[in-house]
Amino acid sequence: MNIEWYIVLSSLLFATGAVGILVRRSPMVILLCLELMLNAGNLALVAFSRMVGNQQGQVFALVVMVVAACEVVVGLGLIVAIFRRKLPLDVDRLRGLRG
Amino acid sequence: MEAVLFFLAAIGALGGAMGVVAMRNPFYSVLALIVHLFSLAVLFLLLTSAFIAAAQVVVYAGAVMVLYVFVVAYVGGGGEPVGETLPNQRFLAILVASILFIELSAAILSSALLALGTHGPDVPAGFGDPAAIGRLLLEKFLVPFEASSLLLLIAAVGAIVLAGRKRQETA
Repeated sequence: MNIEWYIVLSSLLFATGAVGILVRRSPMVILLCLELMLNAGNLALVAFSRMVGNQQGQVFALVVMVVAACEVVVGLGLIVAIFRRKLPLDVDRLRGLRG
Repeated sequence: MEAVLFFLAAIGALGGAMGVVAMRNPFYSVLALIVHLFSLAVLFLLLTSAFIAAAQVVVYAGAVMVLYVFVVAYVGGGGEPVGETLPNQRFLAILVASILFIELSAAILSSALLALGTHGPDVPAGFGDPAAIGRLLLEKFLVPFEASSLLLLIAAVGAIVLAGRKRQETA
């Protein structure tokens, strides 16, 4: 398959993740859609790395995975903290940053 | 054969992504994301990056998704309230995302990257296998490698601080 197919698929997945972030209201699903967008970026990185025949792009993809894992851990920690304070898990109603 | 695998994996990835966005129950969204991640691993294999594919399955579909399932089970996967805060929010979101997709595709496909229309160059047999990536990580990218391990440590400590605070207060 030509590389452009992978790139188009990657931008389609990115747009799908963007729809999810704009539409959904549960912070957990918004985190999941963030994962979608990060993975779309990873697919583009690996596709370009194959295009130029250089493995360094794959190292970038690994670093993106690490960052995604960190983001998940902190985000889920926040969700658990919100849940323990008996606040609503709805981003439209969580407006103030003040605890 | 390669084209068949590509389209199967692409349909899986796209279907998984749509499932994440469309499912009302967060638990089903997580399961759809697992389908998406496995399909992406197949795509990575097609792009001759075996190590990334393996890391995708082990780290994402294994560890990260287990974390999600635990938190969904803990918080309770109650469906989110129906109704939109902004009028026409769904329509606007899809419009914005379509514009984003068209713009990204146009920007990349109309660029002067002539190699986009090819399979990429022929690569040696060890391209993207764990040995090659490991050598790159420990020789050329040693500092980013250590920085990312530090980032993981900070995230782990931060998660404990965030999620464990209330228990300490009450104890």
